[in-house]
Amino acid sequence: MNIHIAAQINSFLAAFVLLTAFGMLVQRRMYGLVHLFTWQGLFLSLNTAVVGYVAQRHHLYISSVLTLALKVILLPYILHVLIQRLKVHKEIETVVNVPMTMLIGIALVIFSYHLMSPVRELSTLVTRSTLAVALATVMIGLLMMITRKHAVTQIIGFLAMENGLFFAATSATYGMPLVVELGVALDILIAAFIFGIFFFHIHTTFDSLDVEQMARLKEED
Amino acid sequence: MLLVLLLVPLFAAVVLAFIGDRRFAPEINIAGSAATFAAGAGLAVQVYMEGPMLAGGKFFFVDAFNVYLSVLTSFVSMTTAIFSRRYMRREREHGRVGHIRMRFYHAMFQLFIFAMLLCLLTNNVGVLWIAMELATLSTVLLVSLYRTPTAIEAAWKYFILCGVGIAQALFGTVLLYFAAEKVLGEGGEALLWTNLSRISGELEPTVLSLAFVFLMVGYGTKVGLVPLHNWLPDAHSEGPTPISAVLSGLLLNIALYALVRCKVLVDGATGTHHAGHIMMGFGLLSILVAAFSLLRQKDIKRMFSYSSIEHMGIATFAFGLGGPVATFGALLHMLVHSLAKSSIFFTVGHASQMHRTQEMDRIKGLFRGNPLVGWGLMLGVMAIAGMPPFGIFTSEFLILTATMKDAPLLTPFLLLGLAVAFAALFRRVQPMVAGDVPSYQKPMKAAHIPVLLHMALVLVIGIYMPDFLNKWFHTAVELLK
Amino acid sequence: MKVYPFIIEFLQIAVLLGVAPAFTGWVRMLKCWTQGRTSAGLFQPYRDIVKLFSKDVILADNASWIFRFTPYLIFGAAVLAGGVIPMLSIDLPLTSTADVIVLVALFAIARFFTALAGMDIGTAFGGMGSSREMTIASLAEPAMLMAIFTVSLASKSTSLSQMVHVIYSGQSVLRPSLVFALLAFILIALAETGRIPVDNPATHLELTMIHEAMILEYSGRHLALIEWAGMMKLFLFAALGIATFFPWGIAASGDIGFIPAAFLVMTLKLGVAGAGLVLIETGLAKMRIFRLAEFLGSAFLLATLGMLSYFILE
Repeated sequence: MNIHIAAQINSFLAAFVLLTAFGMLVQRRMYGLVHLFTWQGLFLSLNTAVVGYVAQRHHLYISSVLTLALKVILLPYILHVLIQRLKVHKEIETVVNVPMTMLIGIALVIFSYHLMSPVRELSTLVTRSTLAVALATVMIGLLMMITRKHAVTQIIGFLAMENGLFFAATSATYGMPLVVELGVALDILIAAFIFGIFFFHIHTTFDSLDVEQMARLKEED
Repeated sequence: MLLVLLLVPLFAAVVLAFIGDRRFAPEINIAGSAATFAAGAGLAVQVYMEGPMLAGGKFFFVDAFNVYLSVLTSFVSMTTAIFSRRYMRREREHGRVGHIRMRFYHAMFQLFIFAMLLCLLTNNVGVLWIAMELATLSTVLLVSLYRTPTAIEAAWKYFILCGVGIAQALFGTVLLYFAAEKVLGEGGEALLWTNLSRISGELEPTVLSLAFVFLMVGYGTKVGLVPLHNWLPDAHSEGPTPISAVLSGLLLNIALYALVRCKVLVDGATGTHHAGHIMMGFGLLSILVAAFSLLRQKDIKRMFSYSSIEHMGIATFAFGLGGPVATFGALLHMLVHSLAKSSIFFTVGHASQMHRTQEMDRIKGLFRGNPLVGWGLMLGVMAIAGMPPFGIFTSEFLILTATMKDAPLLTPFLLLGLAVAFAALFRRVQPMVAGDVPSYQKPMKAAHIPVLLHMALVLVIGIYMPDFLNKWFHTAVELLK
Repeated sequence: MKVYPFIIEFLQIAVLLGVAPAFTGWVRMLKCWTQGRTSAGLFQPYRDIVKLFSKDVILADNASWIFRFTPYLIFGAAVLAGGVIPMLSIDLPLTSTADVIVLVALFAIARFFTALAGMDIGTAFGGMGSSREMTIASLAEPAMLMAIFTVSLASKSTSLSQMVHVIYSGQSVLRPSLVFALLAFILIALAETGRIPVDNPATHLELTMIHEAMILEYSGRHLALIEWAGMMKLFLFAALGIATFFPWGIAASGDIGFIPAAFLVMTLKLGVAGAGLVLIETGLAKMRIFRLAEFLGSAFLLATLGMLSYFILE
């Protein structure tokens, strides 16, 4: 596989990561969201492997397998189980103003591109152009957490953000040092258990996973 | 010594995960924290005698800056463990926490201390991030320990907002690594702080300033700087009071520590004062907004959370200002604020247990009801508001002097913030401590050692700064130049 | 002056007129099969058209010249559009005068007059159909232009021949921008040709019909022309998609000898495109009309993403 083709595959997968990010932004159904998240993880994992092959960084294979195990298998499984146990799979979230959200998403992509252009200039890596997409994925995850009002959706937004960060590390520097990647993966794992516990707490306390009703703590006058 | 310092809390966390609900668990908790403190003190002596050191294959690294924070962290966590013995026993009697939650509480408390110490001692900027996230994660479920709707809401907010914030910091770290890799070559070496600070002049300035914006937003969220502070008052007021004490007293310091470390690198790379200005802006905004928010608070723990935001704002502002006097003041401020604020939370915890409420309107007559709690709170507030002869007066005075010299136009704003905060705190504290004992107040035995110890230290530092501390701060100031 | 390109031009228009009903027939046939029905055969559309031509035209009393004029205009626009899109050969005389924006404009004119004709009689259904059609158009057209611009960015020209030529020369196969543009194009084409999930061509149910509502008053040869033009539009969108995204097989030069091969390849590709369309139509349910904004919004989003990824990734 020559560098040219690999770069194209890389940007291709980057495009798909971005596409799934947008998909999650407007997807209403819970399972649909989880599936999109799984796809995103898969693209990410493939991308990492391709980059690892091109750049001859063998520790990226480990990251790739780690991503596959964590973000394609484990986390979606946990989310599936939680959604089923908490019986929220039929809950359809009201997403306000989809076109507006999409437009903001597009604006964020442009913003990220603009922000990352100096870095792109300085980089010599094959993957340099995907850095903007990575930042855009982070930003869209952020947007998702702001616009959505369901606990599960917010968590998926959070995980999508984490995906974007991982992607950024791969495209900016061919991955962080292994000890950091492992540590981040561990943190995500702990976070997964914590939000699992949280869902149950929220569900038993508020009878639903809608976080809109959690609005008691406000500044009183 | 360094490994002992890290391993003790980790070991204690594992032990307490199994037996944390026994009768003697609080004592184990105290013993673990005391051992941690002993190790921390030992490490400090070692560093004091031999100077900065690397350990564990360059993985850990100790200099004057982080060793003093490590001692502070282990000390406050020890006193908090002592306080928590009485406090949590009382909570258990009230039926607010059960067996499993006690176990969980003790284990997570130790894990939290471990995460903070790892944050301070690691040499790797990436691991610093991981430890920071670990510190957040270990306290999230402690905030929601009572499982009340408000506690869960606060914890969720804490989890989500800090998760979002800290993600930005990771992106900043990626950019930092990107810049460092160009100079240091690939591999783990490029994220080691000791290497980074050595070559900071060669790092690409544009990338570093970009990275700093992300790091500032990320770690700034954890410091609780306005406008990223939304989670802080909730998280600090809804959890058990020992946790509020360590969150306000320690975790904010750690986040600020991370931010300052990053600032040093960025300053080295850009050669301008760009990063400092950003920090000053955030700091000043935090001071003003927090001071005016203080006026509106009804919940006692919430009020002191806002006071934490204000003080973190002061320290951030001072670090941003730079220069030997301001940096010295900021370091001192971190120390005394941490001691005073945790002491205040100890007394607040007792006060709210005595009245079984956190509403300030219903807390009355503390002087007569329990003199230690009443006077402790009164003196604590005097200290935190910056009255002489307490240590905070010294640090704020230093910072103000430096501001007048380097940025005279900002002095009125700083003074305004301090004055408003002062007024707000006293207006509220007066009715709580004075007056008759209300009928619903229940007497209780307070944990007096932590409060007395902390207040004594704040007082001593205010009157007479020990020589070793002075020398220490000077070394740290040199490091942060 | 070369003569062959002109011959090819005429050949192409003849192919359009001749094959378009068969393509519609093919789609209907496949759809019948997937739904387990017996189909009316590939040539049923021809029979329909012939039958309609032989019938009398019945006009409403208050029908104006617009109503009578529209069928011819729609038909003419479709034929003209067929001359612009490279179906058999790249080397077409018309493409040097008309680029892809003209193509969009041709479709827009046809749509505009259909909408006017729908309102001309003054029946309730006509007006309703027109208003719906224009709603869709206002959303679909920006997306359409965006998708086209993405492709023309990649080929640095708005001329269809040029676009085909650039992709044909195949500098890069895997272009994310083109994938996004293709996805956007598929969504837009579904909306523009009135297929499920936007409109259902097989229904006359008051609540849902859009295109059918506008032409409800037509009969005889007028209706035949409109139906035929509709079939051509479907064919043209398929051909446009093929030309822009999968041009391999279109004759690159004006040599008439390549035309039979090009025709064969085109038929094959159209067959596949029809199958894809049927897959989409059987897989999806018709959308509520209020969801259409989101549907076409996503088309716009995809097109914009395609354009952005051209700048970011390529």
